[in-house]
Amino acid sequence: MALRSESHDMEGTVENVNLFFNYGLPLLLLVAAYFIGSFIEKRHFASIRKREDKLHGYPVVSFDTMPDDWQVSSSDMVTGSIVISLDYFKRVIAGLRGLIGGRIKTYEPLLERARREALLRMTESAREQGYDAVFNVRLETSRLANAARDGKGTAGVEMLAFGTAVKFASRFG
Amino acid sequence: MDVSNSSIVISNTESIPGRNIVEFYGVVTGNTVRAKHVGRDIMAGLKNIVGGELRGYTELLQDSRNEATDRMVEQAKSMGANAVVNVRFATSSISQGAAELFAYGTAVRVA
Repeated sequence: MALRSESHDMEGTVENVNLFFNYGLPLLLLVAAYFIGSFIEKRHFASIRKREDKLHGYPVVSFDTMPDDWQVSSSDMVTGSIVISLDYFKRVIAGLRGLIGGRIKTYEPLLERARREALLRMTESAREQGYDAVFNVRLETSRLANAARDGKGTAGVEMLAFGTAVKFASRFG
Repeated sequence: MDVSNSSIVISNTESIPGRNIVEFYGVVTGNTVRAKHVGRDIMAGLKNIVGGELRGYTELLQDSRNEATDRMVEQAKSMGANAVVNVRFATSSISQGAAELFAYGTAVRVA
C-alpha cells in the first residue's frame, strides 16, 4: 500500500513538472516579455524623441531634386539602418489577431520606431561627417527571416534609410 | 557610410549635386551573401523574446552592405568612372540563415 502511494506521488510530481514546462514556462515568458518589451519600447521612443529634438531644423527631405537655392560644394551617400524585433507577447497577440484579421496594432509601433531610428541614424551620420542637409531620402523595409505562425523564430525586420548628403558652398546662395 | 574609395562619389540621385555628367559607363553591381554567426544567432534568439534592436544583425547587415557597395565602386573604378549615380539597395533572404545584400547603380564620369 505504502509503496503504491509513493509511486503515485512521484507520478504526480512528474506530471506537475510536465505541466510547468508545457504551460507554465511559456506563460511566464509571455508575462516577462510583456513587461520587459514594453519597457524597452518606451525607453526607445524616449531616446528617439530626444535625438529628434536635437536634430530639429536640420534639412532632411525626400525630394529627388534639390531646391534651386542650394549651392552645393560636395556630396556623398549616407545610410542608416536597424534590425528590430517584436517581443514574444506582442508576437503571440499578433498571431491571434492574424486569425480574425484586421488591424494588428502591436506591429505598428515596431515599424514606426524602426523607421524613425533608421532616419535618425542616417541624419546623425550625415551631421557627424559635416554635411549640411540630406535630400532624396528613401526608406526600405525587408523582412529578415521567417516568423513562424506560432510566434517562434526570428521576427526581425530591417529598416534602411538612405539619401544623398550635401555640403553647402554658402547657405542659401 | 564609410566607403574607403574616396575618389569615387556615390549618390542615390540621378546626378551628382553641383556637377555635370559627361559620360555614362552603364550599370555596375556589387553583391555579397552572408550567413549568420551562430553566437550572434543565439543572442538574437534571446533578444527576440523581449524585442528591441538585434544589434548583431544590424552590424552584420551594415558590414555586408558596405562590402556590396565597395564591390560596386571597384567595378565602376575599373571602368574608368569617377562617380556612381542612382544607387539602389536590395536585400533578399536566400535561406533561413543567409541573406544577399545587393547594391547597384550607374557608373558615370562627372566634371
